[in-house]
Amino acid sequence: MSTATAVTDANFEAEVLNSDETILVDFWAEWCGPCRAVSPILDQIASEHSDKIKIVKLNVDDNPQTAMKYQITSIPAMKVYRGGEVVKTVIGAKPKPALEADLADFLA
Amino acid sequence: MRQVIIIGSGPAGYTAAIYAGRAGLAPLVVASSVEAGGELMKTTEIENFPGFPDGLQGPELMFKMQEQAEKFGAEVLLDDVVSVDLSGDVKKVTLGSGAVEEALTVIYATGSAYRKLGLADEERLSGRGVSWCATCDGFFFKQKEIAVVGGGDSAMEEATFLTRFATKVYVIHRGDTLRASKIMQDRAFANDKIEFLWNKTVTAITGDEKAAGVTLTDTVDGTESHLDLEGLFIAIGNDPRTHLVHGQLDLTEDGTIAVQGRSSKTNLPGVFAAGDVIDITYRQAITAAGSGTVAALDVEHYLAGLDQQLVAQALGEQPAEPVTVSA
Repeated sequence: MSTATAVTDANFEAEVLNSDETILVDFWAEWCGPCRAVSPILDQIASEHSDKIKIVKLNVDDNPQTAMKYQITSIPAMKVYRGGEVVKTVIGAKPKPALEADLADFLA
Repeated sequence: MRQVIIIGSGPAGYTAAIYAGRAGLAPLVVASSVEAGGELMKTTEIENFPGFPDGLQGPELMFKMQEQAEKFGAEVLLDDVVSVDLSGDVKKVTLGSGAVEEALTVIYATGSAYRKLGLADEERLSGRGVSWCATCDGFFFKQKEIAVVGGGDSAMEEATFLTRFATKVYVIHRGDTLRASKIMQDRAFANDKIEFLWNKTVTAITGDEKAAGVTLTDTVDGTESHLDLEGLFIAIGNDPRTHLVHGQLDLTEDGTIAVQGRSSKTNLPGVFAAGDVIDITYRQAITAAGSGTVAALDVEHYLAGLDQQLVAQALGEQPAEPVTVSA
């Protein structure tokens, strides 16, 4: 089970958009195999860089408004938010080194 | 040094690992870092795997197979193979981490990969309206108009599945007859949300941030037309994943790894292949599992035929676990 906090349609604004931190939102669903594969990798990245980035999860089945607003058409989709704006999008499960490279700007 | 390295973690790889594990061969399974479990990780309900009358989810089946392999001593490594050297008596497998693993035998069970259209914007728009997996992404196309490219069973299955979400599903097919089985064709023909576009190939995908449409070229008269779409699902077949062994293993004209008869033996001694990488015809979880069994038994037989003194020496040479000799 992932260690990441779950966010919802109801608290997305407060938890993500209005946050002072850099936040990666992992858009996922129960039925998505690749989401399960990438989840522990994201947990590792979160714990290794907890001072740089916070990682939260949004279940697209339970929170369709947010998924629709950010035009999610494929999961896992990982979006990095800073100051309420999307500053990076990564789509699809990737090996840890590849994800770290994609997110390098936010982990250093 | 290992007795056997298994490359791949679908039904073929894990079943080979279960058999090799029970035979005491302590296999190393290089499972891939993000595709561990293989193609079934992208499926939903599996209704036809024997022993599960109520069906089960694809990922659940693969986690069970992994658990069963580990129970018998398989080591599952979530890493990727970047190159192999299969020619000598000792096979070398280089991993994404940079580590080189060695073994007396290799079972190559890498499966197959979705075929691409080969268009310029395909990769850029992948995950942005272009998809290879209806069960993964169909959910996001509620009340939208989309298309499926292809004429086989998987194209019919995807088109039919996608009508749960989409208002309209075009099926774009380059010919005027389908390869799909009759039952799948009939199901698609009977569905009034599905419209067939015959004798058309996709020659361009348009869209900035998201896929917005496709250019179609008629295969008979060459005329071009445009179709507005919000999603494009590509189901034009699979190709065996053989790029790591080109120049080392013989391939068939279908592009699969060539094996001898019903065995898993390749052209190189000590190298065996199993699953979808040797089979473009059946491609079922259960046939892949059977193929993995064959490979594990072939490995056992091969190892038994080697000079046992040399085997012991080879396995002993590599200090995988440091041995402390006390005085």
